[in-house]
Amino acid sequence: MRHLANERSIITPYRRHEEGCQPPAPYQAYESTIKRSPSKPLTFLPHTLSEITGPIYGHGQIAETDNDLTRQHAGEPNGERIIVIGRVLDCNGRPVPEALVEIWQANAAGRYRHQDDQHPAPLDPNFTGAGRMRTDENGAYRFVTIKPGAYPWFNHYNAWRPAHIHFSIFGRAFISRLVTQMYFPGDLLFAYDPVYQSIPDEKARQRMVCKFDLETTQPQWALGYRFDIVLRGPEATPFETP
Amino acid sequence: MSLGLTPSQTVGPFFSFGLTTEKCSVRCIAGPEAKGERVLLTCRVLDGDGVGIPDAMLEIWQADAEGKYNHPDDPQEKTCDPEWRGFGRMGTREDGSCEFETIRPGRVPGPGSVLQAPHLNMAVFARGMLKQFYTRIYFSGDPANQEDPVLALVPDERRETLMAHPDPAKPGHWHFEVRMQGEHETVFFDV
Ligand SMILES: [Fe+2]
Repeated sequence: MRHLANERSIITPYRRHEEGCQPPAPYQAYESTIKRSPSKPLTFLPHTLSEITGPIYGHGQIAETDNDLTRQHAGEPNGERIIVIGRVLDCNGRPVPEALVEIWQANAAGRYRHQDDQHPAPLDPNFTGAGRMRTDENGAYRFVTIKPGAYPWFNHYNAWRPAHIHFSIFGRAFISRLVTQMYFPGDLLFAYDPVYQSIPDEKARQRMVCKFDLETTQPQWALGYRFDIVLRGPEATPFETP
Repeated sequence: MSLGLTPSQTVGPFFSFGLTTEKCSVRCIAGPEAKGERVLLTCRVLDGDGVGIPDAMLEIWQADAEGKYNHPDDPQEKTCDPEWRGFGRMGTREDGSCEFETIRPGRVPGPGSVLQAPHLNMAVFARGMLKQFYTRIYFSGDPANQEDPVLALVPDERRETLMAHPDPAKPGHWHFEVRMQGEHETVFFDV
């Protein structure tokens, strides 16, 4: 029994977020956060098995064209074809293999295939804008898509979101789960976008911006961008929780 | 080596065609073959005005009926129910609600030799949330709640916000409310 008790108590907790690298809640400049953020302080939770485990098996079937958003319809979508590659790593620099990466985005005109997006930009019959794949044993992923357009929203006067691709990633633990947005280098709308600006730390903010990559770029075919994603990982050494 | 983490950003208003299509949703956390007491769980997410949030996504992670997670970092010497996945994901409807089909999980180890009470782990995503919020769902009336080490961290008067309640009219049906704000604001955890 004593042995069992000891065995049970040993887990490796995950690293906590560093100051300034996560968005605050609420964040006044993004108005919808005001009624949708907890008003009371969060309760600090020492990690248990429940936090450091998570869904890593079986996310259903992934079809062959799920990572090529330009081949999901009869014809080719309009816009600038791009290749987005990257690796999913944990904060210890270890690749996260078999991680499910899901993306969704607007088309080249900035319009989402969603009933709530009714702004006057054309839908593209050859573009849905959703993809998914699993990382390989090195944590690498690759999508072919088109560059999304900027789009307007109602948060403030003349509000436009910088071009972005939404990313959803499952890491090894339920608490390493990440939903983020990938932006493109040098976007002039960064300065006006409260979603992008919600990350206080400048360096952390830039980790959401992909890099142009000539190696990935293919002649006569598509520009390439690299977007590496870093998820929470375990503390270096296991320790016994009191 | 320690790399800087990629920051979180909101799922925004348009995630449903990417994350909660029929193909990508997971309503059934535990199939009919899974061992354990069947639970049909209705969850509802409410904003600071008590209005249902129609563009939220709920994800659930839980252990099987024996308290074993389907994960290599669970060191318990038990084998997982072969039918077990333990993950669910649903988008909310117009009134902020959605359902999951599952079983009441077993007790999983907590700190030291303490066992945790049966619970589901939940992450809440929505437009207007720049990051996901974590909470837990316990089963009201479960005697193990008295000795749960996580509930013990929560002040008495707020523990009730972490309880799912059985539907008196429909056996096996349970309800859980996620209140983002207000008098009965749900307890969210800093994980
Ligand atoms: Fe978007």
